[in-house]
Amino acid sequence: MVRRVDARPTIAPPRTLSRAGRGLHRFANPGRFLRLSGALLPWIAAPGLALTAAGLVWGLFFAPADWQQGDAVRIMYVHVPAAWLASAGYLALAGCSAASLVWRHPLADLAAAEISPVGAGFTAMCLITGSLWGKPMWGAWWVWDARLTSVLVLFFLYLGHIALVRAFDEPERGYRAGAILALVGVVNLPIIKFSVDWWNTLHQPDSITLFGAPTMSLVMLWPLLLSALGYTLVFAALVLARTRAAVMERRIRALLTARARHLEILG
Amino acid sequence: MTRKRRRLWVLLACGVGLGSATALSLSAFRSNLVFFVAPSDVAASPPPPGRSLRLGGLVEAGSVQKSVMGGQPATRFRVTDGRASVAVSYVGILPDLFREGQGVVTLGTLRPDGSFRASEVLAKHDETYMPKDVADALKRSGLWRPSEGAPPPAASWNTLAVPKQGG
Repeated sequence: MVRRVDARPTIAPPRTLSRAGRGLHRFANPGRFLRLSGALLPWIAAPGLALTAAGLVWGLFFAPADWQQGDAVRIMYVHVPAAWLASAGYLALAGCSAASLVWRHPLADLAAAEISPVGAGFTAMCLITGSLWGKPMWGAWWVWDARLTSVLVLFFLYLGHIALVRAFDEPERGYRAGAILALVGVVNLPIIKFSVDWWNTLHQPDSITLFGAPTMSLVMLWPLLLSALGYTLVFAALVLARTRAAVMERRIRALLTARARHLEILG
Repeated sequence: MTRKRRRLWVLLACGVGLGSATALSLSAFRSNLVFFVAPSDVAASPPPPGRSLRLGGLVEAGSVQKSVMGGQPATRFRVTDGRASVAVSYVGILPDLFREGQGVVTLGTLRPDGSFRASEVLAKHDETYMPKDVADALKRSGLWRPSEGAPPPAASWNTLAVPKQGG
């Protein structure tokens, strides 16, 4: 797919800014972003891959089987972190969208456009692994209960955002429309989180809550948390790497346009 | 700066409006969003006979009777929520997790005699994840009988480390 990139060079922040505005625009400087993220990326990607591998090997091969699910419980180590990251990624997308609408932050536009494909991937992984668990345990690949349906809506929101930001000839309009879609979709997040408490669902309620003991044996909880930490870092590394690529692409496009214009004048 | 401030306020106002609209519509459709109804709901407001609905609850301890009907396994059991219970009959293969004390969701219709004929039975897993040896230890010590319902509070067993049994 051809990525449409804004041909104009990134606009420098105006000189008169409040302190908060200046603080934010410090990171909007693409040169500084590239330097900082380039130094940071290996320190996020390497521990992310290592923790994910450690958590999954621990969970898939060494953690005990469940007393009634048997070995099918191991799907949890892949499914639950993917589900958490699907929601957390959407929250990050909404944050970037708010920054883009309110402060017209150019990096937030690029980051938002790069978060949604990664988030859609994690959501798809959550839906597929959940379905693989559901058939042997529940007796159905899919049911239309509130939890499953709201996560499917989250997947469609991601897909809609991916399509919308790339649907305009003028990238700025795509970013604007995508940001509005992403912010409207935020109402889905509390619905996903509390669906299992508000309504009767086939999906089980949360085993891990902020208050109260986890209803999961600790020998199963540790590999799950390790794997979740790994997933989080991998998600961040993927988004960072994609955003770096987008910034560089935009720069190259700007250079090529300037060169073409230059040659036009000479010719 | 004032334009940014204004955009921020517009965004917050839209968020509050959208959030309350969603909350209102969700609470209006509350009863239609449930995946299943409990036996006590059926007792309180019986649905018209012949209308298909999902009935959910726990399989009552000691109520499961298995037989064979026309070469297919047939099962009779009662679904309870502690306050009321409904007799269910089902012909077909049950999911692996089906047992006494397990949560189930059955799809079917209520017959005039108040019993429920299920065309589909789904097992509902709860939020408890427990290794086999911990479950065995709880059962041996008499702290939990799976056929009678949920396990004891998690804090009493989730740190439990059971030494490996020989064989």
